[in-house]
Formats: sequence, structure tokens, C-alpha cells
Amino acid sequence: MQVATEQGQARDAESPLDIRGLTVTYGEKPAVFSVDARFAPGVMTAIVGPNGAGKSTLLKAALGIVRPVSGQVKAWGRPIAAGRARIAYVPQRASVDWDFPTRVIDVVLMGQYRQLGLLRRVRTRHMEAAFDSLRRVGMDGFAERQIGQLSGGQQQRVFLARALAQGADLYLLDEPFAGVDAATEKAIIDVLKDLRGKGKTVVAVHHDLGTVPEYFDRVLLINTTRIAEGPVAGTFTQDNLQKAYGGRLATAQMSALA
Amino acid sequence: MLLEALTLQLGYNATLVTIGAALLGLAAGATGTFLFLGKRALVSDAISHATLPGVALAFMAMVALGGDGRALPGLLLGSAISSAVGLLCVSALTNRTRLSEDAAIGAVLSVFFGLGVVLLTVIQSMSSGRQAGLESFLLGSTAGMLWTDALVIALGGALVLALVALLRRPMTMVAFDPEFAAGAGMNVRRIELAMMGLALAITVVGLKIVGLILIVALLIIPAVAARFWSERVDHVVLLAGGIGGVSGYVGAAISATAPGLPTGPIVVLVAFGLFALSLVLAPGRGVLAAILRHRRFQARVHVRQGLLALAQGQPIYEPLTLRLMRGRGLIRADGVATKAGRAQAARALLDERRWQLLRSDPAHEEAAAHYDGLTPLESVLTPDQLRALDRGLRPGDVQAGALQ
Repeated sequence: MQVATEQGQARDAESPLDIRGLTVTYGEKPAVFSVDARFAPGVMTAIVGPNGAGKSTLLKAALGIVRPVSGQVKAWGRPIAAGRARIAYVPQRASVDWDFPTRVIDVVLMGQYRQLGLLRRVRTRHMEAAFDSLRRVGMDGFAERQIGQLSGGQQQRVFLARALAQGADLYLLDEPFAGVDAATEKAIIDVLKDLRGKGKTVVAVHHDLGTVPEYFDRVLLINTTRIAEGPVAGTFTQDNLQKAYGGRLATAQMSALA
Repeated sequence: MLLEALTLQLGYNATLVTIGAALLGLAAGATGTFLFLGKRALVSDAISHATLPGVALAFMAMVALGGDGRALPGLLLGSAISSAVGLLCVSALTNRTRLSEDAAIGAVLSVFFGLGVVLLTVIQSMSSGRQAGLESFLLGSTAGMLWTDALVIALGGALVLALVALLRRPMTMVAFDPEFAAGAGMNVRRIELAMMGLALAITVVGLKIVGLILIVALLIIPAVAARFWSERVDHVVLLAGGIGGVSGYVGAAISATAPGLPTGPIVVLVAFGLFALSLVLAPGRGVLAAILRHRRFQARVHVRQGLLALAQGQPIYEPLTLRLMRGRGLIRADGVATKAGRAQAARALLDERRWQLLRSDPAHEEAAAHYDGLTPLESVLTPDQLRALDRGLRPGDVQAGALQ
């Protein structure tokens, strides 16, 4: 018993993503200032804050997509580079050109770059894994479709499928519900909850305050600096939201949430 | 004469140039596709103009060392070094200052090219070396091409092609979604530099035939033309290689048919001809296909509106609608509905009523997304769903539809 508890604690200590003192600036204006965030394993965490609060920047800096001025990022207790194979990132849908000449299946296969490398041929098992990912987001009928023909919600599902194809343990999503239809929102949240059920960790930048308690277990509130972090029940409070959003959140909205 | 040129019967030099130009076009088309897809096409313009000071400095260095200064490998090495410096300048200006990439390209392009022209003037006033002909690198010159020159071009082109094949996956990923590529642990900057390094290699290899001013065309036009024909990166790359290769071959053959016809510009014109053909004729993305598609769509909209007007007993005024409906036998010449017209009108009205009902019901949100005013609901819902939906219609609607 004793041993088991210790092991459990040791695993707990290994946060899939542990950010310490992270500061990112654009020019000399900080987008993220000295943020500490330790994401708990096996749960779903929302990153919440007003526009321009540095939510997306925090994710990008944690992954090394933008270079931070200072700070340390560790994945499972080791430098982020060592954990990359276990991390999947879903960028904002608007960050790419959807007129790119590629099909849905090709985008999903990009998620398997680590297995395919430079020259290995795409074999049946790669295709099966890609189709399986598409099936999980309800897009298996669209594999041969050119990506320019997809609706916004379908594009978002394809991005999620590409991340699923990576077979990762930590999923970082940047605004996965932005501008998608209700059916897609439901499909995505089902997939994310399914991932959590399998012990994976999910971290999502989220803009819809109304659905935070319904979708997520924990919440990180930031506005350039860290405001609060913890279980939704005790952290997603009117008081903390006021601190994060200041006057930008109407009182009516606040009382509706509380 | 042209036939002889195309079948390589115009002598040794013409054959060398034609094969060299075809290989160059093939490699340039495939390489340029990644620049084009990554929206970095203009970088190649900076790279090519930055070769000129290198050519001049290499000439001076070789003369200073006692040579005649016109050895092609030496000149190409010099051009490669100076265009690499130019490329790094563009990269540094973009990444380390607040200058945007187009401004950095403009600055580097003009400064390097200006320096090159100044150096060429200096060379002209030098007493030693056979300086005549250095300007030919501006627009290419194939008059005195040697077997070794052709060999340099062929080997360089083949090497670049092999590297493109090796790096195609990371280059595609970075061109499509650099953030995802970076998140997956790829060194995006290094891959972008590799991509531009390959364009640099093409530029250097192509100096002799096409010249530095027009090499951009050979990198970009085949890719743009190929994009009209395919929606898959790998196919676009192969097509661009093919279009580039054909342009090089045909262009060089045409220029061999008469003395004084410049090879580079004609190669580029042939490439442009293929681009123009693609622009007009390509199915899907071509202009002609787009016009036809639009006309068909417009006709469907007019007929649908006309049918709905018939069903609701409203008059039709628009000449196009009247003409289309007459052509389809839906109305008579005097504007009165035929039997077929009445049947179709009733069906259109029922369909429209069904859609209205469906779209007002949040439970059908997914199906409602298919609404475009034209698609019949029967193609979206199953017969069972359709019957369930019909229960919500007013009795008159269903009867009207059931008449036919």
C-alpha cells in the first residue's frame, strides 16, 4: 500500500506540462508576464482570459513556437524537447491557408510525421490510423475532399483528427470551439472527454465563459499575468473573473455565470 | 526547322542547350512549387539579384590569381556565396527587425544588384582578363556553351531534385501549417532556409542559360500553372516539374532555330504560354470552367425562382428566367405553365415549405446546413425522416406535392 501511494504521488509530481516564470514579449510589450502554470494530468483544463490576455501566446511559448524572453517549460518533469512525441497541438483554424492543395486525409497523415519520417512509404497501418482519427471526429466520409471545400466546423474537426493521429498523451488546443456549429462543438467535446477517460491530459484555450463549468475540470485564468488556477468549482468565481476581465465583463454576464 | 530543333538535329551546341534547359526547367518547377505554396515566391527574386556581385567578385579574384576569369564553376561558386549572403540578410532583416519580408526583399534585391552593376563597370575598366560576356549572366547566353557547362547544369539540377524529393514532407508541412510543424518539434526556420537554399541552387545553376533576371519566372510560373490542374501537393510538384521541363526544352529548341534568338526569354515565354493555357482551360480552377459553372448555377437559380413564382401564381418578369423556362418546356411561349411546368412548380413549392419547416427546427440543425435554395430536401433526408417532417406541414402543402 505504502509503495503504491508513493508511486501515485510520484506520478502526480510529473505534470505533463509545467510552466515556470514564463514571459513572452512582442517588441517590449509583454503578452505573457511571469506566468506559472502546472497542468494536472488526466483532466481537462481551460485557459480563460480576455482578448489579448496572452492565452494563445502561452501555449505557443510553451511549445517553443514563439521564443520566450524568460521562463522554463517542462513536460513530465523533463525538458519539452524530450516529451514532444507525446504532445499534440491543435492551432487556431484561421492560422492556415485553406486553399492549400491538399486533401483531408493528407492533413491527417501529417499527424503521423514522426512515424513516417522523410521517406518511409505510407502503408496500410498509417492509413488505418488516419481513418480511425477521422472516424472519431465524424469526418471519415470526407477523406478525399479538398480542404477548401470544408465548412469551418469541418476544418476544426480535421485539425483535431490530425492531433489524434499523433497518438499523444497531452493535447493542447487553441480555441477549438471558435466559430464552429453546434454539432461540431458537441463532436469535439465528446472526443476530448473520451481522451480524458483514457487518462490523457487536455488543455484548451477557451473563450465561451458559459460552457466552462460544463466542459472543464480545472481552469487557468490569465490576463498577461496569472490570475488564478484550480478546480472550476472554487476558481471560476465572480471574484476571479472580475480580476481577469476588469470592466470588460458586463455585470449581467457575471451574475448569469455565478 | 522547328521540328529538327525539337528532335535535336540542329547540331552539338543546340542539343546541349536544349537538354540542359529541359533539366533546369524540371528542377526549377519542382523546387519553385514549395516557394509558391509557402507564399515565399518573391524571396527567389532577392536571391537571384544577389548573385550579381558574386559573379563580378569571383571574376576579379580569378583574374588576380592569374586565370582568365571566365571559368564557369568559379563564377557559379561566387554567385552562390553572394546570394547566400543576400538570403541571410533577408532572413535576418525579417526575423530581427520590424521590417516585413517584402520590404527586406526590396532592400536586399536593389542593394546587391546595384553593387553588382558597379563591380561590372569596374571590371570593364580593368586591363587584364577577358571581361567581355559577364553581362550575359543577366539574361543568360547559350552561344558558347561547353560540354562541362552542360554537365554542371545537369548534375546541379539532379542534386536539387533529389533534395526536393528528400525534403518534400517537411517542406509541405511548413508551407501548410508552420505552427503545427513547430509544435511537432520541427525546426521551421531551418526547413525554410533549406527550401530557399534549393531555390538558390537552381538560380546559380540556371545563370548560364536563363540568366539571373528571368530565373524567377522559371521557379514560379510552372508552379502557378500546375496549381490550376490539381488539388494535391505531390501532383502539383510533378506537374510543375513537367511544365518547367517542357518549357525549357521547347523554348531552347525554338531559340536554336534562328541566330540571335535569346534562349532564356523564349523559355520564359513558353512557360507563360503553358500558364495561360492552364488559366483558361483547366477544369475546376480554370477561368472557362468557372464561367460555365457560374452560368449553370445561375440557370438553376432562375428556374427555381420561376417555378416558385408559377406555383404561387405570381407573374415572371425577368427575360432570362422566361427564356430558360421556355427552353425547358416549363411554360408556353405566351408564359402560361405547361403540364410539366405545373408539376415541377408544385414539387418546388413543397420542397421550399419542407425546408422552411426544417430550418425553423433546432433539432435539424445539421441537415439545415445543407440549405442553399436549390438542393432538394429528398437528397438530404431519408424517406423516413421526410415523412416525419411532412407531418408538421399544413395539409394544403402536402396535397399540392402529392398531386403529381
